[in-house]
Amino acid sequence: MSAVMTVGPAVSSVVSAFNVDSLTHNFWALTIDGLTYGSIYALVAVGYTLVYGVLRLINFAHSEIFMLGMFGQYATLMLLGFTPRGDVYTEGTLLTIVYLGIAMLGGMAVSGGAAVGLERVAYRPLRKRGAPSLVFLITAIGASFILQEFVHFVLPKLTNQKLGGVNAQQPIRLVEPTVQFTFLGADVTNVEIVIVVAAILLAVATERFITLTKFGRGIRAVAQDPVTATLMGVSRERVIMLTFLIGGLLAGAAALLYTLRVPSGIIYSGGFILGIKAFSAAVLGGIGNLRGALLGGLLLGVMELYGQALFGTEWRDVVAFVLLILVLMFRPTGILGESLGRARA
Amino acid sequence: MRRSTPQLAGTALVLAVGLVLTGCSSKDDSGDTTSPTGGSSSAAASGDLSIQPLVQIDNKGAEVPAADSSNAADPAGDGSAKCDPTTIAMAGALTGANAALGINILNGAKLAVDAHNAANKDCQVTIKQFDTEGDPQKATQVAPQIAGDKSIIGLLGPAFSGETKAVGPVFQQAGLLSLTASATNPDLTKNGWTNFFRGLANDAVQGPSVAAYMVNTLNFKKVCVVQDDSDYGVGLAEQITAGLGSAADSACAAKVKTGDKDFSATVQIVKGESPDAVFYAGYYAEGAPFASQLKEGGVTAAFVSADGTNDPEFVKQAGSAAKGAYLSCPCGPAPEKFAADYQAKFSVASGVYSVEAYDLATIMLKGIDSGVKDRAGMVDFVKNYDGDGLARHYKWDANGELASALIWIYQVK
Repeated sequence: MSAVMTVGPAVSSVVSAFNVDSLTHNFWALTIDGLTYGSIYALVAVGYTLVYGVLRLINFAHSEIFMLGMFGQYATLMLLGFTPRGDVYTEGTLLTIVYLGIAMLGGMAVSGGAAVGLERVAYRPLRKRGAPSLVFLITAIGASFILQEFVHFVLPKLTNQKLGGVNAQQPIRLVEPTVQFTFLGADVTNVEIVIVVAAILLAVATERFITLTKFGRGIRAVAQDPVTATLMGVSRERVIMLTFLIGGLLAGAAALLYTLRVPSGIIYSGGFILGIKAFSAAVLGGIGNLRGALLGGLLLGVMELYGQALFGTEWRDVVAFVLLILVLMFRPTGILGESLGRARA
Repeated sequence: MRRSTPQLAGTALVLAVGLVLTGCSSKDDSGDTTSPTGGSSSAAASGDLSIQPLVQIDNKGAEVPAADSSNAADPAGDGSAKCDPTTIAMAGALTGANAALGINILNGAKLAVDAHNAANKDCQVTIKQFDTEGDPQKATQVAPQIAGDKSIIGLLGPAFSGETKAVGPVFQQAGLLSLTASATNPDLTKNGWTNFFRGLANDAVQGPSVAAYMVNTLNFKKVCVVQDDSDYGVGLAEQITAGLGSAADSACAAKVKTGDKDFSATVQIVKGESPDAVFYAGYYAEGAPFASQLKEGGVTAAFVSADGTNDPEFVKQAGSAAKGAYLSCPCGPAPEKFAADYQAKFSVASGVYSVEAYDLATIMLKGIDSGVKDRAGMVDFVKNYDGDGLARHYKWDANGELASALIWIYQVK
């Protein structure tokens, strides 16, 4: 009896929560926001997908690599003399771009370094001993916790409470989001333009690197057939290191773009959910497939926001994962298929 | 030899990371004079912005003049009190994520006890501290120690609602006064406990009062209520929505989740409705980025929230987007002299619930000065107490709620 009574209102509230008006009314604004987040998901997703392509390993610690990138760019800005404050710094367009560029390099250095370090400390010893893949997975989850707790508890002690700890970093804002133009009734801000353009440039550069260079060929060779690649003189260890490095660098760049959009998101737990979303994006597009990661990221970012408008803002993660399940039901290898080697990327 | 190259490169990269981090710290240690806010002071706010008391309101949202703190009970008394050495206790989170609140309370109480002991040489009171970490589980381990220590005749605490609910029966059975400066769950006084008194308004007062204030005083016609998924946020949003009545716009009532940092969809939906105000029912960790994204998204509506965001950290995170935000709290503001004494003694600014703790400790000290020697006497004394404190007038009803429970509205300026 009581069960029936509780189900009734729940069902009716779900049905009444279908808010088509909200979706149509805000469609383009949601699309633009979705593409902005989607490009960040896409950059992080590349890290998951490359490592999976080469090692068949889901590197769950990649979300923490992204989180370290946020701290890396923040620390870089502090080294440049910026101090956290409530107001936006106004340095002029040119200087701001220079500072953001340096901060991005700082974030990339930290993320890239951490990714390579993680590979050496956590994964390489296991590989040398021929550990089963489940052990890698558990190690990745463990590494994820260690990195989070490092920033939570140890980093504040090392940096005189300037970095890390239980609260988010007080933001350093370099760019005030201002509307540049209006697209079909939706405001487009400078921050959104910078994020999408930077993400596309980085994605294209990565794609070209993997397709055209000798190193890229090595990565694809190892992804296709590690044994034959080794016989052909490709150093597997070097390829693996390079793969982690590229993933880390892109995560560091994504970290800077993300903090432009969400300045107060720099916190030890700040990579976790975004990392899971990026991982989903990679699976959605076809894990191990570079273009798939990019497509999956953008798609997930947009669908999440449509879903929130339609079903209510608290359904964000549900929408993301239902979408994932639906796609995998009909295309188990993701939208663009699975292989890094085969998909001409 | 070739194999060692990547190894070296990897080590170098890890070292570089280390250098970046330590380099940062050493710079900040040496000469970071440009930062007015750096350091660990919790009161450090963004730029010139800080949370300022605005007005005290009743449950109709109408202004009630602040209690005249010149009549407030003084823990020092007239200096002629005589008593045997006596002990009171404080229980709350002193370590862990929520330690800041517990420390605010402990320090406020210490200030009162020290003032009392300095003035009254013949009546020395000790305050024993018990750390519950704010965790009901831990509190159930600590409570029997407090109840079993026969030298303790009164307890300031427990600090949080959850732990109070868990250990209330222990103190009830021991006949020990439990005087809380911060536990605001309305149900706590419905347990029939005869030893439990609450030194501030409960959550059932805050929601309706703030809603009435928004409608009647600030004249908001259209308010978007956004809630997080905590018990606190859900309960508060329910009361606010009910209190706002037709002013609550269900088209932009949104829900967010603890840990969320980006609120694009919510911002777009709110923006589409162009409300007069956005009420956020939740904590500052999400409230601050939400406030700044509202502003960046072009929403000009007033930002209103409650005690969950009434924290200097909110202003630090949200920056200039926090400007003008209305934040309510059942807690009273610190009078100037109290704030100065507190700062001088503990080298940090007083915080939320410090004043309440000071007032409540003072009430217990008054009891001791008037000759209370045991637990039953202390409960009795508080039950019949009727007097002003720094924050408000203290007089309790039969259930242990304040006879007149008022809410403070603060504004970020």
